[in-house]
Amino acid sequence: MELAEIITRVNTAVPGAIVPTEDDAGFIQVEPKHWLKVAQLLKDDPELRFDSLMCITGVDEGPEGRLWAAYNLHSMELLHKLEVRIFVNRKNGSIPSVANLWRTADWHEREAYDLIGIKFKGHPDFRRILLPYDWEGHPLRKDFETPDYYRGMPVPKDKRGWE
Amino acid sequence: MSEALKNFGVVKAEEMVLNMGPQHPSTHGVLRLRIRTDGEIVSHIEPHIGYLHRCFEKHCENVTYPQVIPYTDRCDYLASMNNNHVYAMAVEKLMDIELPERVEYIRVIVAELQRIASHLMALGAMGLDLGGVTPITWTFRDRERILDLFEYTCGARLLYNYIWIGGLSHDLPPKFVQYANEFLDYFEKQIVEYDRILTYNKIFVERTADVGVLPVDVAISYGCSGPVLRGSGVNWDLRKNEPYSIYDRFEWEAAVGKGEVGTLGDCWDRYWVRVEEMRQSVRIVRQALAQLPKEGDVHAAIPKKIRPPKGEIYFRAENPKGDLGFYIISDGSPVPYRLKMRSSTFCNLSVLNEIARGWMISDVVAILGSLDIVLGEIDR
Repeated sequence: MELAEIITRVNTAVPGAIVPTEDDAGFIQVEPKHWLKVAQLLKDDPELRFDSLMCITGVDEGPEGRLWAAYNLHSMELLHKLEVRIFVNRKNGSIPSVANLWRTADWHEREAYDLIGIKFKGHPDFRRILLPYDWEGHPLRKDFETPDYYRGMPVPKDKRGWE
Repeated sequence: MSEALKNFGVVKAEEMVLNMGPQHPSTHGVLRLRIRTDGEIVSHIEPHIGYLHRCFEKHCENVTYPQVIPYTDRCDYLASMNNNHVYAMAVEKLMDIELPERVEYIRVIVAELQRIASHLMALGAMGLDLGGVTPITWTFRDRERILDLFEYTCGARLLYNYIWIGGLSHDLPPKFVQYANEFLDYFEKQIVEYDRILTYNKIFVERTADVGVLPVDVAISYGCSGPVLRGSGVNWDLRKNEPYSIYDRFEWEAAVGKGEVGTLGDCWDRYWVRVEEMRQSVRIVRQALAQLPKEGDVHAAIPKKIRPPKGEIYFRAENPKGDLGFYIISDGSPVPYRLKMRSSTFCNLSVLNEIARGWMISDVVAILGSLDIVLGEIDR
């Protein structure tokens, strides 16, 4: 199914869910509050049947910008693809978790939280995954600064002789 | 109740928490499993990962596109060629680069040889996990010959930095085709030997048949891919279903589990898919070697300046362990704005709790071996 058809279908089922973007954008942008409904539709609708979530990527736009998550969906049955983007506020925005719809999302959402700091509401087991539990900050943010100390150990910042 | 137990949740009177790893011979790297057991029956497994986290994605935001390639080597370090290949293809697609025929053929040849090497490691390690010490010495002996071929080609044995954006670092050395053909002749007979010592070995079959059955819907929901997904009987191989590079020019079949000795989707099927895939890879390499164009400069299409236009791409391809995906955001500068690696074993490992529940602790070792994980790729 083509992107335009998917947009029409989602818009009829969940009005106001899709934020209009440029025509050749190649993705759909969904409002966070409608995401759970849209996700359910994308997965269950017999014409859409996106049964596999390939990847969730968290992105930081920089200190002035927003955070967003890109969901790359694929249908093993109907062989079409879709990219969904959800933008959230940098400080306190959160995205509803889809970990119960696609189990892939479980670890990927934890990773996006761990490295970028996007919060996912309703996740069954929401905590860091790759970094230590007592790590402060989210390293893939553009404004992340290396801490001076980690557990009392000084972090080497002088890189002379390394490069 | 100690602080650690509190974090783990409620422990029932008969239940015990067992820590497996991070230093454990059968966890295939620094993986730690916290297993909640009822007697010897597993009731819950919680994998703790991140011990090998080397900030791959953060590094990529600070180096230029060609400089990312050595980092991809170090992700799945048993299949470096394939990582190089997928990353190079993703950037080439972003930049619209046409490759010379010879480059494409050489890439397929080294990628398929690497696939064989990776599967050999998986086979041997799984045999070792289940108590068979001999198979790993055999598989290592043969893997060594592939590494010799790679050393002959590009000088490195493990981390190659061989496939570059738009080309290769070196052309094939003289007589490579002959040596590779000699290896394939030798190796085809070896697969039969593996079947004798391991695949149809009574003890091995007893330990793996019907164990850890992975249903298709669970596999798809967890994003499993590669031999783990095909072991459950799904005919899904990106080289066939979404042909990239020049895979559509060769005659071969995707290996799909059939449930030959037990239930479809058990550990044995996942293992068998790898054995069968080695046979298919041999077929592909043979055809590629025969069709390899004589002429062609492997440096011809390498761009002088690698500055992909503004935009994003999600590109995935079939690695030995499953779908490897790259989500690359370019802002038009020589440095990636954001580079996300969707690693196959990350998803394959997440299904462990689902399929190992209800089995013995010793079966967890078999199931983990059949998932064929590499912590370098999981933690990145």
